[in-house]
Amino acid sequence: MPTKEDLAIAKQMPDAGGHFGDFGGRYVSETLMAALQQLEQTYEKLWRDPQFQAEFDYDLAHYVGRPSPLYHAERLSAELGGAQIYLKREDLNHTGAHKVNNTIGQALLAKHTGKPRVIAETGAGQHGVATATVAARLGLECQVYMGIEDVRRQALNVYRMKLLGAEVIAVESGTRTLKDAMNEAMRDWVTNVDNTFYIIGTAAGPHPYPKLVRDFQAIIGREARQQCLAQTGKLPDALIACVGGGSNAIGLFHPFIEDADVRMIGVEAGGYGIETGQHAAPLSAGEPGVLHGNRTYLMSDDAGQIIGTHSVSAGLDYPGVGPEHSYLKDIGRAEYVAINDDEALDAFRRLTQVEGIMPALESSHAVAEAIKMAPTMDKDQILLVNLSGRGDKDIHTVAEIDGIVV
Amino acid sequence: MSRITECFDKLKSQGRKALIPYVTAGDPGPKVTLPLMHAMVESGADILELGIPFSDPMADGPVIQLACERALLHGTRLVDVLDIVAQFRETDKTTPVVLMGYLNPIEVMGYAVFAEKASAAGVDGVLTVDLPPEEAVEFNQLMKAANIDVIYLLAPTTEEERVKQVCAAGSGYVYYVSVKGVTGSASLNVAEVAEKLEMIRRHTDLPVGVGFGIRDDESARAVSEVADGVIVGSVLVNKIAELSGNQEQIPEAVAAITASMRQAMDK
Ligand SMILES: Cc1ncc(COP(=O)(O)O)c(C=O)c1O
Repeated sequence: MPTKEDLAIAKQMPDAGGHFGDFGGRYVSETLMAALQQLEQTYEKLWRDPQFQAEFDYDLAHYVGRPSPLYHAERLSAELGGAQIYLKREDLNHTGAHKVNNTIGQALLAKHTGKPRVIAETGAGQHGVATATVAARLGLECQVYMGIEDVRRQALNVYRMKLLGAEVIAVESGTRTLKDAMNEAMRDWVTNVDNTFYIIGTAAGPHPYPKLVRDFQAIIGREARQQCLAQTGKLPDALIACVGGGSNAIGLFHPFIEDADVRMIGVEAGGYGIETGQHAAPLSAGEPGVLHGNRTYLMSDDAGQIIGTHSVSAGLDYPGVGPEHSYLKDIGRAEYVAINDDEALDAFRRLTQVEGIMPALESSHAVAEAIKMAPTMDKDQILLVNLSGRGDKDIHTVAEIDGIVV
Repeated sequence: MSRITECFDKLKSQGRKALIPYVTAGDPGPKVTLPLMHAMVESGADILELGIPFSDPMADGPVIQLACERALLHGTRLVDVLDIVAQFRETDKTTPVVLMGYLNPIEVMGYAVFAEKASAAGVDGVLTVDLPPEEAVEFNQLMKAANIDVIYLLAPTTEEERVKQVCAAGSGYVYYVSVKGVTGSASLNVAEVAEKLEMIRRHTDLPVGVGFGIRDDESARAVSEVADGVIVGSVLVNKIAELSGNQEQIPEAVAAITASMRQAMDK
C-alpha cells in the first residue's frame, strides 16, 4: 500500500520530462521534438492563464453541457442487492462521450498556436467525431485516421465525421485498428508538422500529451467527487472506469488519488478471455515496453513486436495504455481487471433494460465490473462508475451479434 | 578507435565520402541479407545500415513498412539480425555495421543483454529512431561500455541549441534527416541541406551523414559534395520488393544501384 507521502508525490506526477516513475517520457523521432517542446511550453503557459481557464470552462458549460449528472442507478442496485451504483453520465455530453472534454481543450491550444489544420486518430470514432466537431466550430481543416476494420465496425461515426466536414482516411496497414491509425497520424504529423496540430485522443503518446489530456479530462473526477459528497455525504468506496488508452479513467481517478480509502479500478478489454491471448489488456497481461512515444505496459511478443489485440469494442482495442496507469498500477494505487466481450455485452443489455440507459460498449466493460462487484458489498457502500459514452454507435455491432441487419 | 571512426578517417584522407546503404534485415527472406551485405560492400558501400524489422515503424513510409512486414512474415527477430551480423563478420572484419530500428525490440531484450550480444556479433553502431538522447542516459552508458557508437538523428526542425546537445550525446557520426517526413517521401533540397550542415558543423567534429530523399545517382552526388556520408534506403528496398519473387537476383541488382551511386559520388 502506498503511504500518504507516496500519494502526494503521485498526485504531482509527471516530472519535467513527462515521466510517471519509470513510465511515460518522450520517445519520438527527432523531427517531432521541437513541436512537442513547443506544445509543452504553450500548454504550461495557457493552463495557468485565468483567461484560458475561463474560455475552457465556458465551452464545457455551454457547448458540452457540463456538469454531467451523477445518477443513482437505483433499480440496478436493488436488483444486484449490494452496493449502490452511481453513474457519471459522460454519455450525456455533446457528441455522446467524454472525448469532447479533451478535444475542446486541445482545439483551444491549436487556436492559440495558430495552426490551420488538425489531425486525429480514432478507434470507436468517438474521438474522431469530437475532433471533427471542434474543427467545424473553429473552421479548421480536419483529417481523421481510422483503421479500416474500425471504419467497418463504426460506420455511423464515419458518416458523422464526414457530415461535420472532416476527411476520414482508412488505414490499411498492420492490424488495421487503433494502433495503426495512430502510426499513420504520427507519420502525417512528421510530414506536416509546420501547419498541423495533432489532437491525440487518449492519455497516451509522448509528453506532454498524457499530462494535458489528463488535465482536460480531470473535470470528470472533480465533478464526481463533489456530486457524490453532495448526494450521499461521503466519498465512494470505489471508482470504476474502462481503460482503452485510459483517458476517461484517469480523468475520473486523478482528483481522488490522495483519497486513499477510495479504491480505483480500471477495466481493460478481456476480449475472448485473457487465457486465449485474444484481448486488449496490457495492464493485466502485458509487460513494460515503448510504443507511440511513451514507456508503458504493452502487449508485445518476446521479440518485442507489438501483437494484435481483440475486443468487441473498437475504443478499447489498443495494445498500449497511458503511462500514468502503468505507474498507478506499479505503486499499488489503482487496480486493473479485465472484462470479456460477452460480459460487456450482457452489461450493455442489462443497463439498457433496467435503467433505460444504453452505454457504449467501452463503458459497458465498466458497468460489467460493477455488476460483478456490487453483490459482494454492503448496501450502504458506493460504486461510482464512469459511463464514458452512449451506445448508439454500437447498435450496429450488437445487432450483428444478434443476427439482425439494421 | 571504432570501426566507424576509422572508416571516416580513411575516406577523409582519400578525399572521398561514405556511401551508406540501408536494407531491412530478413527482407524478403532469411537467406538474402548476408550475400546482399557482401555484394553492397563489393560495389562500393563503406558502412552498412541494417534495419531491425518492427511491427510499427512509425517514422517510415510505405516502402520500408512493407519491408518490415515481409521480414516479420517469416519471423525475423532481433537475435536473427545479430546472427546475420555475426556471419557477416566471419569474412568481413573491416566494414562497419550499424543497426537501425525502433526501441521496443531492444527494450524487451534488455539494454545490457543487447549491448553484450551486439558487441559479440561485431555491431559497430546503433541508431534507435524513437530514442532521443533525453531518454538514453542508461542506454548510452551501456553502449559506450560495449564500444558501440550511438548514432543520433538531427532534423530540419532541430534548433541550434539542441543540435549541440544531440551531437554531444552521439558518437560515430550524426544522421541528418534531410526532409520533414517519413522515409521515402519527398525529394531533398541540397541548398537547404548545405546550409543546415554548416550550422551543425559549428557544433561538432563528428562526420555528418545525410539520409531521406536520396533516390538516384544525381542526388547521391549532390549530397556527397556537402555531407560526409550519403545514406540511401528506400530506392534499394524498392528494388528488393520488386525482386521478392526472384530472391537470388537481389544482391546483384541492388549492388548495381550502389555501384552506380559510388561512381557518381567519386567523379
Ligand atoms: C465511449 C468511450 N469510452 C472509452 C473509450 C476508451 O478510451 P479511453 O480509455 O481513453 O477513455 C472510448 C474510445 O474510443 C470511447 O469512445
